[in-house]
Amino acid sequence: MISTPQNSVDLSFAADAGRAAGVAVHCRQISKDFGDGDTRVRVLHDVEVEVPAGEMSLLVGPSGCGKTTLISIIAGLLDPTAGDVTLFGTPRSSLSARQLIAYRAKNIGFVFQQYNLLPALTATANVAIPLLIGRMNREQAFARARSLLTQVGMSDRADAFPSQLSGGQQQRVAIARALVHEPRLLVCDEPTAALDAHSGQTVMELLRRVAVQPDRAVIVVTHDNRVFRFGDRIIEMDDGRIQAVRTGDALVEAASETVAGTGKASGTQKAHDPS
Amino acid sequence: MNWVAWQMLTGDRAKYWGTIFGIAFGTLLISQQTALFMGLMRRTASQIDGVREATIWVMDPEVQNTDEILPLSETDVFRVRGVPGVSWAVRYYKGLARAKVSDGRFRQVMLMGLDETTMVGAPVEMLQGSLADLSRPDGVIVDKAGFEYLWPGVEPRLGDTLEMNDRRAVIVGVCKAGAPFQTFPLVFTRYTRALEYAPPERNRLSFVLAKPEDGRDVDEVCAAITKQTKLLALSRNQFFWRTIGYYLKSTGIPVNFGITIALGFIVGTAIAGQTFYLFTLENLRQFGALKAMGLANGRLVLMILLQAAIVGGVGFGLGMGVTAFFFEATKNVTHLAGFYLPWQVVLGSAAAVTMIVVLASLVSIRRVLVLEPAIVFRGA
Repeated sequence: MISTPQNSVDLSFAADAGRAAGVAVHCRQISKDFGDGDTRVRVLHDVEVEVPAGEMSLLVGPSGCGKTTLISIIAGLLDPTAGDVTLFGTPRSSLSARQLIAYRAKNIGFVFQQYNLLPALTATANVAIPLLIGRMNREQAFARARSLLTQVGMSDRADAFPSQLSGGQQQRVAIARALVHEPRLLVCDEPTAALDAHSGQTVMELLRRVAVQPDRAVIVVTHDNRVFRFGDRIIEMDDGRIQAVRTGDALVEAASETVAGTGKASGTQKAHDPS
Repeated sequence: MNWVAWQMLTGDRAKYWGTIFGIAFGTLLISQQTALFMGLMRRTASQIDGVREATIWVMDPEVQNTDEILPLSETDVFRVRGVPGVSWAVRYYKGLARAKVSDGRFRQVMLMGLDETTMVGAPVEMLQGSLADLSRPDGVIVDKAGFEYLWPGVEPRLGDTLEMNDRRAVIVGVCKAGAPFQTFPLVFTRYTRALEYAPPERNRLSFVLAKPEDGRDVDEVCAAITKQTKLLALSRNQFFWRTIGYYLKSTGIPVNFGITIALGFIVGTAIAGQTFYLFTLENLRQFGALKAMGLANGRLVLMILLQAAIVGGVGFGLGMGVTAFFFEATKNVTHLAGFYLPWQVVLGSAAAVTMIVVLASLVSIRRVLVLEPAIVFRGA
């Protein structure tokens, strides 16, 4: 299914009746400006988009199209100039700054392109950070962290420091850290950009396996066409606007078009079959 | 998150110890130089501090310190005794004399002439001989440091002789006394004998030492003496600080020490601040990630303050330890006698280090507070 109104995208399709559990994120007429006066630049134009729970949504588009700005606003790291974001039924505008931080700590997990693991902490301690932020006892937090590391296949490197891990291993630790507090929304920023093809594939498989849950939404920002097949839907952006949202069989076409648009090699991309 | 802050801090050993070194170096410079400065200032007034019995010093109104003396008339002691409220008043000579040792060498000495009967102003701690031996003809007591100046390499002993103003003096006692500002040997003798050793002058009474009657206020009696005799009467404490004040105002000592202390503060702040700031800069993405993950600014500030407090505490301990070791190791060195580490210096240095740490961490705190957590979504 493809819906392509310029800035207002209807995502009311039933991607997969068994997994989707309602709308997780609803962006309403989001605009974002940077700078003032003559230097003011509008990077998002009245973006209207919904992200359902129980799916992995890929946010794709060329560099500078506004992907990072949009997920920063969705994750509560940036304020929109206009519009609002509703996260699991809670309008962001209804939260004070302090409440927003607490909401983020409890409900949102992050996977970063550069991993952003604390170099002085072991893998276990890094994974435990969101729990420590939530004021959980250190022993309990570490036990839970070790359990998550087991899930991502890193139990044997639990005591290793980031400098002792490969890029792929660091990203797996980062995924464990993003999931350890069981967030309802997982935001991944170019999780495979710093990885080779094999490691990138492993990371995406891992995300699909451990992150996608019926009551959790996963948003992955990427321009790596090799990972398109792992998504349930592709939200295409360009010039600060949503260009299209593609699901199901249309993913293959979307992959090809987006790849062509960003100048990346296409080849053997195959859409992930949600069923 | 305190544990995380500690791990982040100690994870980079080089920066951790670099920051500590900066603070330790600053602490060492500040505390050691301040203690030396205080010791030096205390030396300027050590002769006042050494006279325990008298609480009132009477002198010519032009006198500003213990080393520049305009002598009084011998009869002034009687005028002071006549002031109501004065319990007793005695003569005290303090001046410089040239002492020649038997082998021909000579040293300038600080000569103290004590009242014959009361011995007010006599050294408190005798190491060899006794105060009573001053009654022996030509008997003088010399301080231990002074003995070592006069007879280098010779263990302090009794019986050696000096010649002052063509008169013979015999060492009948060795005492421990507060070192003077000028490192002259201290020679104690009877008042009349001191006048024989001293160069001739019309008036030679340096000070009148007095004590108020029991229950009388020292300042009131001083005022009464000044009013009645037109001489300057000061309490021991007033004269102590008048002397120190003179040296503070009239010499370059405080400026020089002040510059060194300020350098210690600036260098300490610069090293600690720069290293700590670099540490924060290098961890900026991590701090951003923590903010993104929901760590509030208040807790981030606490983390940075904890890190600053740790390096500050360790650095201060190390620096102060080295300072204490210096004074402990040099306490028996003659030239450094009287220098020690007062608790006020420890406290003052702690305040300075606190300021260094706060200044060093303020820049880092500001940087982290204005940090947009969205930074974590930007590529390297």
